[in-house]
Amino acid sequence: MERTEAELIAAVLKGDAASFEPLVQKYSPRVFATARRYARRDSEVEDIAQEVWLKAFDKLKSFRGEAPFEHWLMRMTVRTCYDFLRGHQRNRESSFSELSEPENDWLERFVTAPEAASDNADAAKLLIGRVMEKLSPSARLVITLLEIEDRSVKEIARLTGWSVPLVKVRAFRARAEMRKILAKMTKDKYL
Amino acid sequence: MNLAELQKKLIAVARTEVLDDRVPYAFEKRVSALLASRVASRVAPQNLDLWVRGLWRSAISCVAVAMLCGAWTFFTPATSASSDDLSQNLETTLLSSVDQNDQAP
Repeated sequence: MERTEAELIAAVLKGDAASFEPLVQKYSPRVFATARRYARRDSEVEDIAQEVWLKAFDKLKSFRGEAPFEHWLMRMTVRTCYDFLRGHQRNRESSFSELSEPENDWLERFVTAPEAASDNADAAKLLIGRVMEKLSPSARLVITLLEIEDRSVKEIARLTGWSVPLVKVRAFRARAEMRKILAKMTKDKYL
Repeated sequence: MNLAELQKKLIAVARTEVLDDRVPYAFEKRVSALLASRVASRVAPQNLDLWVRGLWRSAISCVAVAMLCGAWTFFTPATSASSDDLSQNLETTLLSSVDQNDQAP
């Protein structure tokens, strides 16, 4: 008979580390999907996921079972991703002069006819990836959670551990930072 | 160029991206092995602690026994008044051959 999540967690807390494996198996797809939003290389994504599970194991005592385990785990995942971004800030130094030809073409198309530039173009995906990499860690986290994943400010506050006013302030700054990066990118290209 | 529009467009692009939730093969086994080794490394120092505590206790009792023996030999009065004590006898025995050579004509 398959054990419930609460039973598995109770067994782990009693010292049965093997009971943690079904939890890892069940929730790893979500952890990996989240980690891939913040890290590009497979090795980095795997490191983040591994870190998340080690933290989850160590801090399992702090899980009180009031909210679903998944929510608790996602909080840990988001915070680990944020730590990863803060630890890899040097990667933001690249310049926009290295834009590939498809990226340049997409931008050209957008300049001439914004509505004609398609949402599904691979070049646009590369471009937004590049812009996201240039953002500061907090700005990237806020833009991802608020604009891309469409989460509420309250939800972001819960996930990140920041206060609601702080999330709002950081969201405002993140949008401004993104516009600044876009301005620099288009200035590099068109001025 | 309308930057706000470009920003909106790029965010719309990011939203269309399908999340990749693939997990590497046997990832959960790897995590389990890692956790098991961590648990084992936490148990090892506990065993070491037990040994260290036991050895300290035995060291303390050894020192106590040594001090008691020392005190016993120091405070016990000599049983015989003769000067032929153990050290004297040992010296005579060891140097007996030298003494014999000296006495020989």
